[in-house]
Amino acid sequence: MTALISDITVSPRTGKLRTIWNCLKRDKLALAAVIFLLLLVIATLAGPPLIGDLATKLGLRQRNLAPFSFQHDWIYFLGADTLGRPIIARLVVGAQNTLGIAFAAVLCSMLTGGILGLIAGYSERWYSQIIQRLADVVMSFPSLLLALIVLYTLGPSITNLVIVLAFTRMPIYLRTTRAEVLELRERMFVSAAISMGASPLRIVVRHIAPLVLPTLLTIAALDFATVILAESSLSFLGLGIQPPDFTWGAMVANGRGYLANAWWISFWPGLVILLTTLSLNLLSSWARTFADPQQRWRLQSLRKTPR
Amino acid sequence: MLSYIGRRASHSIISVLGLLALVFFLTRLTGDPSSLFLPLDSTLEARQAFARLHGFDQPIHWQFLNYLRDLVSLDFGQSVRQNRSAMEIALEAFPQTLKLAFVAMALAIALAIVAGSIAATRPGGFFDRIVSLVSLTGASAPDFWIAIVGILVFAVSFDLLPTSGTGSLAHWIMPVFVLALRPFGLLVQVVRGTMLSALSAPYIKTARAKGLRRKEIIFGHALRNSLLPVITVAGDLTAGLVNGAVIVETVFGWPGIGKLMIDAIILRDFAVVQSTILVTATAIFVLNICIDLLYAVLDPRIRY
Repeated sequence: MTALISDITVSPRTGKLRTIWNCLKRDKLALAAVIFLLLLVIATLAGPPLIGDLATKLGLRQRNLAPFSFQHDWIYFLGADTLGRPIIARLVVGAQNTLGIAFAAVLCSMLTGGILGLIAGYSERWYSQIIQRLADVVMSFPSLLLALIVLYTLGPSITNLVIVLAFTRMPIYLRTTRAEVLELRERMFVSAAISMGASPLRIVVRHIAPLVLPTLLTIAALDFATVILAESSLSFLGLGIQPPDFTWGAMVANGRGYLANAWWISFWPGLVILLTTLSLNLLSSWARTFADPQQRWRLQSLRKTPR
Repeated sequence: MLSYIGRRASHSIISVLGLLALVFFLTRLTGDPSSLFLPLDSTLEARQAFARLHGFDQPIHWQFLNYLRDLVSLDFGQSVRQNRSAMEIALEAFPQTLKLAFVAMALAIALAIVAGSIAATRPGGFFDRIVSLVSLTGASAPDFWIAIVGILVFAVSFDLLPTSGTGSLAHWIMPVFVLALRPFGLLVQVVRGTMLSALSAPYIKTARAKGLRRKEIIFGHALRNSLLPVITVAGDLTAGLVNGAVIVETVFGWPGIGKLMIDAIILRDFAVVQSTILVTATAIFVLNICIDLLYAVLDPRIRY
């Protein structure tokens, strides 16, 4: 109980960070997730310049080198693939592609979904209906199949991969934005802006969009894990990223043929995908509890939650 | 009721048509269709003959009208590779996927209801924490990797289960479990959440006060009232199960519609791709209507 009171009484600026940190400390899993994600970001940013060259360096003597051997360099700690390239270096370079594609796709789907949602929510013209029906069609069909079809026709490349992933995730942002706009446009400040003579464009951009943005950012954070999984599945099926570029999903696919004698080639990248998406999901479920005033006490009280 | 089904069906048909139009125009607008529809190694003469035969020299809106006319007369084109009706091939593979998806979904729902209900009876307890972690892992695991690890452990290392194919009961185990994992993970969270709020409702107090046993309260009272959201999510997940089926069928060599689609895409057998899309889309729309009708059965307050 004392912890709870001291959290409330500290000064507001540092207090907020302190509260977050205190709540995070109580939830060991969420803390582990944060640490893992931080390490991942550091490795993704700092890794490629340092050890990026090793990812494509062939090493005949290290072909199918088993993991956990100390005879070679530390870079071979997780083993090497069929061409003797160290798995650690490839994981770091793959992380850059995987996270980069996912980030670009989430950003694109948030922007297009948000803009189309603003249009569909604010205007009642014919194109508003068309936008909604389009979202229905995209929503009602399994995203992976849709992505496969589009990649089949456009041909696999990184740009197309981002477009496809953004396209299949876009309806979620569109629907949320539209629902929020429908509610916001009835508010007093919008009527005030209209009576002051503001154009629809100004109202949407200056008055409505800033209020929708926080919701969209929350969804985007949640969606990141889904997009990583979707991209990995596509790359695994061979319709995502194409050699010589690779992502974690493509690495799993490469190792599939060598399961019997070199399991580590496809094991590690898959494990990193799992840990990344799991960390993101753990963190977002923690953030949900933290953001909910009725639930936050669960993270603040020292004792285990009573019945 | 009947008018509701009719209305929903007509909406679904519009959506299917929209999807087919999308696929149609995407394939036409991105270049020479004969390079897309024919195998990569076909000759120039074959391509020209193909273009003339299928009317690719005509304006695009004519092509679309012709395409629709063929659809109405139930002509879905020939498979270039197998030289028989593409729809026939798709309909042959479809039941295999349906069987797999049905078993996986039934397993996921059953396990999720049991695990989620038990976890909800003591929130924050040991079992609850374990279930939460397992369900989150299941929801975030890349299914292709789980399938590969499954093969590595159970087929390669211990030689307990076959790596791929169909036939005996042993062939079912790994595909079903891998396919069921994600819906299980997501459903457990839904069951747990709705059960938590149901268990704190006044009628549970009443049930407890009149001396019912714990099991009766949980499964007889709380669960029945929290089933509706579970059905909603399960319905959405069943449509999404097609995603998983593509992966699982590819890894385990299951002769379903997902594998057929991937193979057709790789072999550039366009008529088959289009037929599989049509079959899956129709199945999903029928499923959605069934789920809506199921609500009315489960909750008498809902009428259409």
